This record gives sequence, structure tokens and C-alpha cells, in this order.
Amino acid sequence: MCLAVPGRVESIEESTAVVDVGGATVRVRLDLCPDATTGEWVLVHAGFALERVDEEYARETLALFAEMDALKAGLGEETP
Amino acid sequence: MTMTRVKDEAIRRTSPGVERASLPEAVLLGHGGGGRLMQELIADCLGVLGPANGLDQPNDAACLELPSGERLAFTTDSFVVSPLSFPGGDVGRLAVCGTVNDLAAMGAQPLGLSLGLVIEEGLQREALAQIIASIRNACEEAGTRILTGDTKVVERGAADGLFINTSGVGLIAPGVLLGGERARAGDRVIVNGPLADHALAILAAREELPLQGDFHSDCAPLNDLTAAVLEAGGNGVRALRDLTRGGLAAALNEIARQSHAHVQIVEGAVPVRPAAKAACDLLGHDPLSMANEGKLVALVAPDRADDVLAAMQAHALGREAAIVGEVKSLDECRVTARTALGPTRIVDLPSGELLPRIC
Amino acid sequence: MTPLPGASPEMLEQLVADCRRLADRAAERVGGRVHLMEVCGTHSHAIARAGIRDLLGDAVRLVSGPGCPVCVTDAGQIDLCLDLAERPHTILATFGDMVRVPGSRGSLAEVRARGGRVKVVYSPLEALAAAQQAPDSEVVMVGVGFETTAPTIACLVREADRLGLRNLSLLSAHKTVPPALRALLAAEEVSLHGFLCPGHVSVVIGSNAYRSIANDYRTPCVVAGFEPADILLAIRMLLQQVAEGEAKVENAYRRAVAPEGNRHAVEAMYSVFAVGEASWRGIGVIPKSGLRLRDEWSAFDAMARFALTAPEVQDHPACHCGEVLRGARLPAECPAFGRACTPARPLGPCMVSSEGACAAEHRYRAA
Repeated sequence: MCLAVPGRVESIEESTAVVDVGGATVRVRLDLCPDATTGEWVLVHAGFALERVDEEYARETLALFAEMDALKAGLGEETP
Repeated sequence: MTMTRVKDEAIRRTSPGVERASLPEAVLLGHGGGGRLMQELIADCLGVLGPANGLDQPNDAACLELPSGERLAFTTDSFVVSPLSFPGGDVGRLAVCGTVNDLAAMGAQPLGLSLGLVIEEGLQREALAQIIASIRNACEEAGTRILTGDTKVVERGAADGLFINTSGVGLIAPGVLLGGERARAGDRVIVNGPLADHALAILAAREELPLQGDFHSDCAPLNDLTAAVLEAGGNGVRALRDLTRGGLAAALNEIARQSHAHVQIVEGAVPVRPAAKAACDLLGHDPLSMANEGKLVALVAPDRADDVLAAMQAHALGREAAIVGEVKSLDECRVTARTALGPTRIVDLPSGELLPRIC
Repeated sequence: MTPLPGASPEMLEQLVADCRRLADRAAERVGGRVHLMEVCGTHSHAIARAGIRDLLGDAVRLVSGPGCPVCVTDAGQIDLCLDLAERPHTILATFGDMVRVPGSRGSLAEVRARGGRVKVVYSPLEALAAAQQAPDSEVVMVGVGFETTAPTIACLVREADRLGLRNLSLLSAHKTVPPALRALLAAEEVSLHGFLCPGHVSVVIGSNAYRSIANDYRTPCVVAGFEPADILLAIRMLLQQVAEGEAKVENAYRRAVAPEGNRHAVEAMYSVFAVGEASWRGIGVIPKSGLRLRDEWSAFDAMARFALTAPEVQDHPACHCGEVLRGARLPAECPAFGRACTPARPLGPCMVSSEGACAAEHRYRAA
């Protein structure tokens, strides 16, 4: 039920978008995600775009990870 | 929460201390799924025909020794796919390829097929003509022909368009010994290309695939490929298996059972097209359990595996062939997969109906 | 799922090492094993598939909670679905994973074998098409799912209204996650040191939704994505909080989850649904945890349209799904697991739903 797959918006026509997922396309409703624009990534769930996925934040999760290393170093813990 | 008895309470004891929940009273769609439920149906209902009748023949075709000493492979298959026509093929093409491939899995080239048609009243003549044309074309591709047949027509509603049965006979080349029971530790597991395409093509044709894309069945006769495999691998080729319902997971579980082997695949090595993977992710399906109609799995001794792989890759139907795993040992009967993170997981026989009327 | 770019094998190794190290420190602080709970069927699946429990080692006991919406659907509601599917001129539209879940007299799969009309849909909007194509039949959409799916069902209802469809209705079994977490903590049946919060539910409700739980119950909550790296990162953050005695909400899925969630989705959901009590299979009645149609949408309510009352149904006596759903047992600790209860012959929903903890554990059980 929680299955959602990321895809890239290829085109938008009124309240429907065509989203590319791994080379295939899926038509999704944009009712829940009206601000989506072409070229953005969205999460696709049950025929709807559930939310936009922020590529910046994808990198930020890596930064989160790096922060922790720094914190560890700051606390004098071992870094393997 | 208080507990009271459930209505359907029949518990069947199969062995001391093991209780089984009751069997459903009617045959379910899942019983045709090529997985565990189907095996249970065969064991429960058809088992009365006894092992002497060869119905527990686990390989893709039965093998008969003729007085001349030659060995005949004999197989039968029924095709109830819905819809009758789909991207990449139709029921006619399936009917030829399915039976040719079962013979090929025994190392046999087809001598010919029988063709039994059960036609529903009302099927368009045009549609029937196209299916027959597909049968003819597929026979040509496979280098075989229809030797005999039978045609019945049933009233509207009794056959959903068309059901086809084909049986096939072929001679197994001298010296070729193939069977799921012949696995040995160290054997490599090789597939000839990406999985799940047939199942997804059927879903696409039924408009049950929420994606659009290049989904077409891989339905193809594999007897020329198997000839190349046997040429390259000689008696290093232990087993060949046509992958249909239940996919690679079903085939490997059968082989594991036959050989009492631990077969392990590497998840990342199994070829799946990106669009197929996206579709499986979206729907929550496992590509390992999805039906194919132009794929086989080969178990090959380690010193012949590279030769066999090269021979496959040189063939039009094996360009994306890959070694996906190996037989770890004969100590236990299981199929496992090594995941990307390292831990291994069990790969089960698929249980039942994900996708009915798939072939 | 949205891939974590650059999650290299080295990063995964280090995450695992960090988790183990932090787990030991956390275990010291709590004076025993660290109990974490995940509450998302897709997490159950992803965790089992990646073998995360084995990677974490013995200091951590990671249990599944009531995160599979199909599993927590009352057996009585399943029976209602069976009734509806058996009626003439009625089509039951449902998501695929409901089809094999047993009620008291079998499953939808078995009803279908006997001629009942069951239509499996990927998107709720397919139920619209079904209603339009079969104007002489009643189409009932079974609404199962948490806040990830409820907004899409809300759109279905609004669209049905816009199209003037008279032959479509909704049987809502929708539920919301945070009240269930509170109920589990309040029950104190299982000691819990932290929650791995559901990724896609949180996309809708936002990470702030767990603040009151973290504060009121002093329990860390970390929202997680679905790649192995995402899950390990979130567990690492949970273990760090436990080790340091903290109890706050953190978001390890920031590329998809905002603190306030997706307001369009939330608005859509609450424009159609009102909050009420709901019966959770295995747990019982939890107040303010269910979504029922608001009065102004009652014309679409299947309960009213068909004058239905959900029967009280008891589970199979050998079924321990309740304990699994409350985190009191791991699937392998259920005596029926893999024996009397298998995916082919399930005793309860946890083994048959594709998001069930037992199904995940059985499918991906360690070799």
C-alpha cells in the first residue's frame, strides 16, 4: 500500500502528467501535487503523483551522513 | 479479544504435530499458477494416477526409450492465455514455442507437434486465421511442423475464444543426458536474457499495467539456442529448463528439489530490463517469479560455463545471457539469493495466482 | 524507491558498523536490548529483503508494528467485502493485496472462484472507469490504506461526484498511523525505545506529525526512506538518540518528506473524510484513528447505501497476528509461522498480505 516509485515528469496536460519510470511511462493525476513541473522528479503512488522529490535533498541526505561523521570526530569517537 | 471457533474448521493432519488449514473446496485460480498451489493440486488430485503414470515427471518432457535404443522426448501443454493476442505474439505462437521449448529442454529437436483446438462459438474467422498463421510461422522458425490435430467448437461462453493443446515428440541426441536431478556442486546457473517480459506483456495487453512502454513477450522457439548450448557445453550441460509460469524461482526450486541441491543466485546478476523493473516495483511483483516464454535456465559445469555463455551471447536469442548463480552444495534443498547488502535470502516457490491465464 | 545517489558499499558498511557500535551504547543506557519498531509494510519488506535485522546484531530487537493497512483491517470488514462481491450486479473494486486475506469464511479469491465479481485495481480511479462501463452494476471501492492512499481515494470520491456517478460507493477502512503509535505506547505491552516512522505516510502528514508522540512519551521518532542505506541511516539516528537519552523527531527522508507534509494531499483527505474511531485487527478499537466519509459525502458511503453492519469476527485460534501487529512477537516467534501458516495457506493477514510482516519474513528469511 505504501509502494511509491520515483519518476521524472515528461509532460503535463491539465491535471495529468506523463511520468518516466525507468524507460516506461505512467500517467498520473496531479491533484495532490499541482505544483509539479516538467523535468521534476515525483513519487508515483496508485496513479497519482504523491509529492515532488527534491534532488537537492537527495544530496542533503548524504550531507546528513557526512555531518554525523564530523560529529563523531568532534566527540572523539573512532571512525573505522 | 475472545476466541471462538471459525466456521471452516476442518483441520487435516498430514503428519504428527503438523496441522494444516483446510483445503478450499473448489479449485482456485492460484492452482494454475505454476507454483506451490499447483503442485499441491497435482499431488492431491492427480497423484491417484500414480508415479508409474509419469505425472510426477519433474523435467519438462518425458523420456521414452525406444526398442532401437533411441530416446524419445514427449511433452504436452495447454494454452489458455487471455487475451489471445498480445505484444510479441499470440496463443498460436505460444502453443508452438511452449512445446518446442519443453522438448528442447530435454536436448531434443522436435519431430513434430499435434495441435488440438477448442474454439468458442463466435470467435472471428479473421482472428483464427491470424493465430493459425502464427502457428505456421512459429513452426517454420523452429524447423518443425504440425503432424496431426483435432478441432472442436464449443458453445459461446465455454472456452473464452480459444484453448489450444499441443503435444510434441522429439529425438534426444545420443549421449545427451539432461535433467534437473543431475546438478552438481559448483555448476553455474545461466539464463539467456532478461526476465519477466512475457508476464508484463500480458498485463499490458489486458490493460492492467499502469505503465506504457515497450512491453512485449519474449515468446520464441529455443531449440536452435539449445543446440548451440549443447554443442558448446557437451556433457558439462547438466540441465536445461524452459522458464514459464512461476519464472526462474519456480524452475530453480524444482531443480533444487530434484537434485537435493542448494542453488544460489546473485540478485544483481539477474538481467531485468529497466522498464520491467519499474513495472515490477510499481506493482510489487518479484521479477524472479514472473512468467517468461523465450527464456531458459541452464546448469553447466564450471569448466564449460564460459563456453556456454559465449555460445548463448553469440545467438540472437541469448545476447543478454548471464551467469546468475551456482549450485553451492548437495547437502540441502533450497534456493537462495545473495542480496546487494550481502545477506542471503530464501527464494521460494511462488505460491499461487499473481497473474492468471498468463500462458 | 527514490535512490540515494552515491550510497556506496563502503557507506553501507560504515552505516552497519556505526549502528552496531551505537546499539551497544544504547543497550547500556537502557539496560538491555534496544527495542525499535517499524510501522510501515513497505519497511517490513525492505528490512527483510536487505537482511537488516541480521546486520544490526543482538543488541537491537527490531519489531514490526501495525504498519500494514491490509493486516489491520478488521476481519468483519473483510466479510463485508465478501458479502458485497457475492451480491448480484455488484462489483467489488479493491487493491490487489486484499484479495487473498481471509475473513471468517474465506477470502475474496475464493469468492471470485465461486463467481463473485472482484476487480483488482492499481489506481482507485480505475473504479470510476468500471462504474462508467457497467452502469447497471454497483461498484464498491474498498478503501484500505493509511494517509498515503486516503488522499487518492478522496480524489476518487470527488471525481465520482463531479461526473455525477450514481453507481459508485466507498467502503472505507482507512486509518491513520499516529494514533496507533500512541495506543501502543499507552498500552505498555511492549517496551519501545524508538519508532522508525513510515516514509510515504510521512510524505503526506509530515515529520512534525510525530512531535507530540516524541514529547509525550519520550520516544525518538525518525522518518525513513526505503533503500537499505535510508533505513540504516534512520536506525543509526534512532540508536544515537537512545544512546544519548534524547527523544525528538528526526527526518532521514528529507528528499521526499517535509516537516509539514503535503498540504494538498492533507486538504484533499480531510475535505472528504472525517476522523472517527476504528477497529484495528489485533489491537482493538483506537479512537480518532479511522477515516469515514464526511456527512456531505455520505451518498457515497457503501455502509449506508447497502445498509451494512460489520459483523464481529474472531480470528483463527492458532493465529497470532494480533501479537505480531502489536510488536509483541516477531513472525518467527509465532508457532504457526512456516508450518500451519504459510503464504499458500495463511491463517491470518500478516502472512498473506504483500506488506505483512510474516509474509516479508517468510519470503526473505535468512538462508
